[in-house]
Amino acid sequence: MKYVDEFRDKTIAKKLAKQIAEEADPARQYNLMEFCGGHTHAIFRYGVQDLMPDNVHFVHGPGCPVCVLPIPRIDNAIELAGQGAIICTYGDMMRVPASGKNSLIKAKAAGSDIRMIYSTQDALKIARGNPDREVVFFAIGFETTTPPTAVAIKVAAAEGLKNFTVFCNHVLTPAAIQHILQSPEVRELGQVHIDGFYGPSHVSSIIGSAPYDYFAEEFQKPVVIAGFEPLDVMQSTLMLIRQINEGRFEVENEYTRVVTPQGNEKAQDIVSEVFELRRSFEWRGLGEVPYSALKIKEEFSEYDAERRFTVSESKGKDVKGCECPAILRGVKKPTDCKLFGTVCTPDNPMGSCMVSSEGSCAAYWSYGRFRLDRAKEAAQ
Amino acid sequence: MSRPVSRMEKRFPTKINMRRGKVDMTHGSGGRAMAQLIEELFVKHFDNELLAQGNDQALFDAPKGRMVMSVDGHVVSPLFFPGGDIGSLSVHGTINDVAMSGAVPLYLSAGFILEEGYPLADLEKIVISMAKAARDAGVPVVTGDTKVVERGKGDGVFITTTGIGVVPDGLDISGANVRAGDAILISGHIGDHGVAIMSSRENLAFETRIVSDSAALHGLVADMVAMVPEIHALRDPTRGGLASALNEIAYQAEVGMKLFEDNIPLRGEVDAACEFLGLDPLYVANEGKLVAFCPADKAEKLLTTMRAHPLGEHSAVIGEVMEDDMGFVTMETGFGGTRIVDWLAGEQLPRIC
Repeated sequence: MKYVDEFRDKTIAKKLAKQIAEEADPARQYNLMEFCGGHTHAIFRYGVQDLMPDNVHFVHGPGCPVCVLPIPRIDNAIELAGQGAIICTYGDMMRVPASGKNSLIKAKAAGSDIRMIYSTQDALKIARGNPDREVVFFAIGFETTTPPTAVAIKVAAAEGLKNFTVFCNHVLTPAAIQHILQSPEVRELGQVHIDGFYGPSHVSSIIGSAPYDYFAEEFQKPVVIAGFEPLDVMQSTLMLIRQINEGRFEVENEYTRVVTPQGNEKAQDIVSEVFELRRSFEWRGLGEVPYSALKIKEEFSEYDAERRFTVSESKGKDVKGCECPAILRGVKKPTDCKLFGTVCTPDNPMGSCMVSSEGSCAAYWSYGRFRLDRAKEAAQ
Repeated sequence: MSRPVSRMEKRFPTKINMRRGKVDMTHGSGGRAMAQLIEELFVKHFDNELLAQGNDQALFDAPKGRMVMSVDGHVVSPLFFPGGDIGSLSVHGTINDVAMSGAVPLYLSAGFILEEGYPLADLEKIVISMAKAARDAGVPVVTGDTKVVERGKGDGVFITTTGIGVVPDGLDISGANVRAGDAILISGHIGDHGVAIMSSRENLAFETRIVSDSAALHGLVADMVAMVPEIHALRDPTRGGLASALNEIAYQAEVGMKLFEDNIPLRGEVDAACEFLGLDPLYVANEGKLVAFCPADKAEKLLTTMRAHPLGEHSAVIGEVMEDDMGFVTMETGFGGTRIVDWLAGEQLPRIC
């Protein structure tokens, strides 16, 4: 595969591994948080950890879009489906646990009309094909998936599509990173040590690298914007280690083949035309985060499902014992959770981190759990 | 299929209009319309002596030795896809399930569930393709059944086939026989079928030259067991792909496995399609591939035999079996790390961000 295989090359990986091992200071621990689920997935799928020295630790962040959506929002979507609307959503959303052991996939089996789609265009097509039904696009995701939602709303407006609305749950990366860095666990208690960040790859292709300048400066943490291929992760690790060793805290861009300082301005314009900031939004794991999500502007209010429909307020909470909130903040590891691998597995997820392959629990369970066993054996 | 000339009243004064006709409820009623559909469609194309007996069952002599029997329901969507259709698939699928015991497949049965309103012309295409697949494989469809469900209660055509076969003496092929030290071989590229199907799904349609690998593997198996009767296990990695097939066997035999990603045959186009659909080819379905386990010292001989067969020319040794009481299937990635290759969880869903 051209333009992809080059970034999965074993020989270069070995060279980089050697360089990292040489430059990583044995007297130091390097705790590097990858914000994005895409990085978490790459790290586990390619076994990148095996190429790292023992003192380089990956701390998995909250950047998995289905993981951070709080239960009440999923309850809302299920309720809308119960009212007779066709709910369209991306595949990963289907299995995320809601209140009362429910999920979209279970609601679908029970008779609700919930459809898995691959793009917002599919949702529009369904709306056009069912003019007598309300079609709600359950929109989730970070800055990467926001522009296509904005385009769908603009297309619906241009066509005068009356039965199409968007249940908007788009969230913003910089606000979440800032929230983590400001959390007492990081700032005061010292429970979480984060020495540097892998900046998002796809998200940054939209927002650019400039928005990270503030964290690097304010929190004095190096940020390296990294592509999602395993070699990107390794190269970025080396760049982070160098910054840490040299006491620098800059925003560096490893993913130069896609990310520019300003990002995709056309996409940004479409987004700001349709959406505006929410004063506050609840994230699973992070709680209420100010100005961390988007809502649909007044001008497009007829395409806003939250304005068109009334849903009851859900007080749905995570399953007792589920450590997803702490795992999403990087405070705990998947293996610290009592439910992990016992009652919570990808086939029967109790928490959101066990659903998507970008969730750290699912990635750890599906790709890495042999390490736990091997470590136990070694300890004996 | 000629009957002696008699004074019997002609059963069907006019022929079914296969070109324009549609399946209706009478085709499953047990009456004359059903009898006519059976005669003018199924008996005509499947055309063999046992079916021509015209009874509700096929009568044949039982062969000597151990027999195997397997059933497989087919509900593929779309019904026609690059490289095959539900008809050929329903023949290959069951023949392969029978053949994975090392058996020589003998006969097939076919149960059709048809949806009211389905075009007879398409049904005939499916039956012709099925008949050709059975003839090419030398495994006739000797008995069958047809049911019709109301419009909206089915999805065109569902076909269930059952196959029986006889296992040659001296073979003992079972997932449970796999031992630490065995070599793991695969008969060719993985993921072709799944990608071919996905490329023709309405909401995904993308252009690719990939065709389904749907094929009957009993000829390949016959060569393999003749040359290396010590084969411990065979499995066709269909739904759930290679990963799921290996996990089934690891669980059955209580062993671990280690794969080498670089050795697993994968076409560039399949790799690329999986990349943009967010799929892992290890979990994508195959319909004309098998995985074989044999003692390591027989691996070279088995590989040579497999490569000599047209359906096995891209065969490769992809890993080894090891002792592991946890039953992990792990893989040394092409990148140089190690990871688990787990059972498929849920359905493989494309990534969204």
